[in-house]
Amino acid sequence: MDYLDTKGRIFDIQKYSVHDGPGIRTIVFLKGCVLRCRWCCNPESQEYRIQNMKVLGEDKVIGRDVTVREMIEEVEKDRAYYYRSGGGITLSGGECMCQADFSRDLLRAAKERGINTAVESMACAPWEKIEQVLPYLDVYLMDIKHMNQEKHKEFTGRANGLMLENARKVALYGKTKLVIRVPVIPTFNDSVEEIQAIARFADSLPGVNKIHLLPYHRLGQDKYEGLGRPYLMEGILPPTAEHMQMLKGAVHAVCGLDCQIGG
Amino acid sequence: MEKFHIADIPKTDRITHLVDNLYAKMPVIESARAKLITESYKATEDEPIITRRAKAFAHILHNIPIIIRDEELIVGSSTLAPRGCQTFPEYSFQWLEDELDTVATRTADPFYIAEETKAELREVHKYWKGKTTSELATSYMAPEAILAIDHNIFTPGNYFYNGVGHVTVKYEEVLAIGYEGIIAKAQKELDECNVGDGDYAKKSRFLEAVIMSCQAVIDYAHRYAELAEQMAYQCQDPTRKQELLQIASNCSRVPAKGARNFYEACQSFWFVQQLIQMESSGHSISPGRFDQYMYPYYKSDMEAGNLTREFAQELMDCIWVKLNDLNKCRDAASAEGFAGYSLFQNLIAGGQNKEGEDVTNDLSFMCIQASMHVHLPAPSLSVRVWNGSPHEFLIKAAELTRTGIGLPAYYNDEVIIPALQNRGLSLADAREYNIIGCVEPQKAGKTEGWHDAAFFNMCRPLEMVFSNGMDKGVQISVQTGDVTEMKTFDEFYDAYKKQMEYFISLLVNADNAIDVAHAERCPLPFLSCMVDDCLKRGKSVQEGGAVYNFTGPQGFGIANMADSLYAIRKLVYEEKKMTMEELKEALAWNYGKGIDAQSAADITTVVMKKLQENGISVNEQTATAVMTAALGTEPSPEKKARFEEIHKMIEEVPKFGNDIPDVDYFARDVAYTYTKPLQKYMNPRGGHYQAGLYPVSANVPLGEQTGATPDGRYAHTPVADGVSPSAGKDVKGPTAAATSVSRLDHFIVSNGTLFNQKFHPSALAGREGLEKFVALIRGYFDQKGMHMQFNVVDRETLLDAQKHPEKYKHLVVRVAGYSALFTTLSRSLQDDIIRRTEQGF
Repeated sequence: MDYLDTKGRIFDIQKYSVHDGPGIRTIVFLKGCVLRCRWCCNPESQEYRIQNMKVLGEDKVIGRDVTVREMIEEVEKDRAYYYRSGGGITLSGGECMCQADFSRDLLRAAKERGINTAVESMACAPWEKIEQVLPYLDVYLMDIKHMNQEKHKEFTGRANGLMLENARKVALYGKTKLVIRVPVIPTFNDSVEEIQAIARFADSLPGVNKIHLLPYHRLGQDKYEGLGRPYLMEGILPPTAEHMQMLKGAVHAVCGLDCQIGG
Repeated sequence: MEKFHIADIPKTDRITHLVDNLYAKMPVIESARAKLITESYKATEDEPIITRRAKAFAHILHNIPIIIRDEELIVGSSTLAPRGCQTFPEYSFQWLEDELDTVATRTADPFYIAEETKAELREVHKYWKGKTTSELATSYMAPEAILAIDHNIFTPGNYFYNGVGHVTVKYEEVLAIGYEGIIAKAQKELDECNVGDGDYAKKSRFLEAVIMSCQAVIDYAHRYAELAEQMAYQCQDPTRKQELLQIASNCSRVPAKGARNFYEACQSFWFVQQLIQMESSGHSISPGRFDQYMYPYYKSDMEAGNLTREFAQELMDCIWVKLNDLNKCRDAASAEGFAGYSLFQNLIAGGQNKEGEDVTNDLSFMCIQASMHVHLPAPSLSVRVWNGSPHEFLIKAAELTRTGIGLPAYYNDEVIIPALQNRGLSLADAREYNIIGCVEPQKAGKTEGWHDAAFFNMCRPLEMVFSNGMDKGVQISVQTGDVTEMKTFDEFYDAYKKQMEYFISLLVNADNAIDVAHAERCPLPFLSCMVDDCLKRGKSVQEGGAVYNFTGPQGFGIANMADSLYAIRKLVYEEKKMTMEELKEALAWNYGKGIDAQSAADITTVVMKKLQENGISVNEQTATAVMTAALGTEPSPEKKARFEEIHKMIEEVPKFGNDIPDVDYFARDVAYTYTKPLQKYMNPRGGHYQAGLYPVSANVPLGEQTGATPDGRYAHTPVADGVSPSAGKDVKGPTAAATSVSRLDHFIVSNGTLFNQKFHPSALAGREGLEKFVALIRGYFDQKGMHMQFNVVDRETLLDAQKHPEKYKHLVVRVAGYSALFTTLSRSLQDDIIRRTEQGF
């Protein structure tokens, strides 16, 4: 079978994305995730199955099956803007490594057309899956949420061992630029110590020189209602700008990484 | 000297004070000009019109009250009150007469007017009955054209009621040789005239009128010199005293003679800018390439060490404030269409010289800085973008965009230069273009472009296809046959093209009638002396004195028509999901929404007419009864359900603005139905017609006069803005919308296209945000888009501004082609701005 015919399941495409990788990007959101992060702003991405969500009172089908060929045609459309900005395609999710074949083939299609590639992923997949994607990947925006196993498990449903191990392997692979991103979540990881622990780990990865602190936001709250699920983060406020600045300072205090707030 | 500096220059307290004083009160209508011109006209009735115009201009400039406002460095005010306006009864007065008692309380652009002023204007108006350009224009128009205007197919109201304006003059020549130099040129032409020449009579009178007008301007500046000197004499504050003495010295030198330094050049510039707008009420008097013609004075002062960048910036800021001191009162309907007290004084920075080299300089950056400092709607700041534009210049422009002021507008040299060459401009002239008014390109000092000649509603001819040319019970157009009998889409599309062509011919008829009226009743000797080749030809610009002559009426509703025709092709002819009969009925019933007040009123008009035709006597009670019966009438439940189903099917058809090539190239073809027929017509000045595709803000009021359209748009709601997709229909984000819009043929639309995008400030955060924003513009321009402008505000801000206008007095929003203060816009226009798709992030 031609790799362009490989199928995958997505739930959204977003153009003129300016916070997820270099330049102007088209994000393809893949459906399905292994984690169940409490703060997730895309709860409709978590399950692989196609499902219904109420949006402004109306049913909306979430998820559709597409081929690499269809997707790359859509991604091609913004070439004029990639050309001027150094942008390209970013795969997000869900966890795109859950559909590693589709991810690999879509990124390959992009690379063969000279389009810059990125993924936004927490590397929670067997190494063989990730390994086969890397030859076609320019930038890996990797989420690291916490250094403590138990707390990670409590808030996301899984321990962090596999992810940390994969982070090191991606770094050692050397040909994909690795950027570490930390969602800063009040009650979970927003203390100086927790952020510094992640920063130290990131700093220890060969070739990594950037860390992004992404402040928690509530923009996904309505979707939980639309899916008939409770919002477990009810009442938790986004971190203040001052707090984020303080954390940025804390990162700089323990490592030489270039730290930025936001993507 | 380095090519340019990019560092910010701080704003001085003076600028804050000038702005605050300017906006402290509601603008006022003054009567001085109207009284003076009437006195003069009464005294010159047996003289040639060009002489009468010059004498009237001189009489005004010799007698109109003058004022120097607190802290001003650049002087020259057309009214005593800040942001006040004079009136121009020679163009039209009836609307003002009718609206004298409501002009202070209307929603769009209100003006205070004193009872005494009203009485004075009423007295003056008695003289003007039958003498105005608008009355003469009407008598020149074909009855069919008047009928089409009455039925809101198009409106040539701008030049029908006012002067033409829409011009950039040779500022550089006034700066260099002063009006004494221009008088000398005119005198030389006059000396070379031979009394036996065939054109002697008109040419000699024109040149004499030029000399008289220029002398009047010199005298006016000298009045300011005297006033400044008197004020200096009385002034206790030594700093201000010194400033006033400097002002006196400037005004006694310029604009009589050439400017010797940057400060004199600024003052000279201002008198030109102000007094063109005293001679005529035409708006869009555009300063154009200020950064180019001012640069020699700046450069030599800087090199000689006579000027600091800070003081140069303060002088420019003062000019920026002064541009907002000028004002114009329009009739209530036009005020809705041009809302925001705007005079569309377009000033452009950056771009190429006539050899094609990039000439972005220090002043280009300082123009952007000045708009950051004053944060006011004028000037309409534009920047020229081409493949060789300095990146840092575009970043600086993007920083201004980020402030939310709706400025600057971005223009693509790579499209505009060839588009102008295609209209007969030389390459050198095309490279030196600037923008007039909203979006219209011209070569300064050589062009009478008539750029804003009419609004043409492209949706109305489609309604005429459905009604076979009937509107409100009257046959106003050609009969293209029963729409339900049209067997193929091509047959239907041909009918639309025929309707378009018919109304375009009427539009041309109306514009040409107005054109002739201006030539006969309001030739402008002062303006003409600064446009080539008027002096040599011995003619005003109104009579064809300019090198390049155009008429540029603008069409709008392109997105609605593209979506409508596409939906009809697909649903009626290809998929046969509905019949034309059903669609016709659905449109008449506004997709089942019932008969609204506007439609009920229309129905009443028709019924009353029919009754009268049949000899039945009718009175107000009959009208009320018909109106009541019509209002709120609903179709049967089955019909209503079907209409709603039709609406839903239409909603699901792909729409323009989402990067779908099939739809977008179809839209390109639909745009040709306006742009191509138009360009075969000529105007009385010997120039061609050229199309624009932009609505200023007329898409809202003119949309109210348009029934439901087959793109799913409900009756009497706004139509699409410029070449932008219909509000809310572009759901794929800004890049997709931009790519779609770039698929229109912008090269043929040489009178300008207008593409609005609205951004949340988060999209432009940090240097990264600016970089990506600039890349978006570059990407659109690479695909041959012509113009782009942005609103950067969030929805909450706008909603709050509606609730608490007092908190947002300085909130500037770009409304199609210019910036306006949001709180001064009419409610419906505010709603339209809020409704526009907020590009998601």
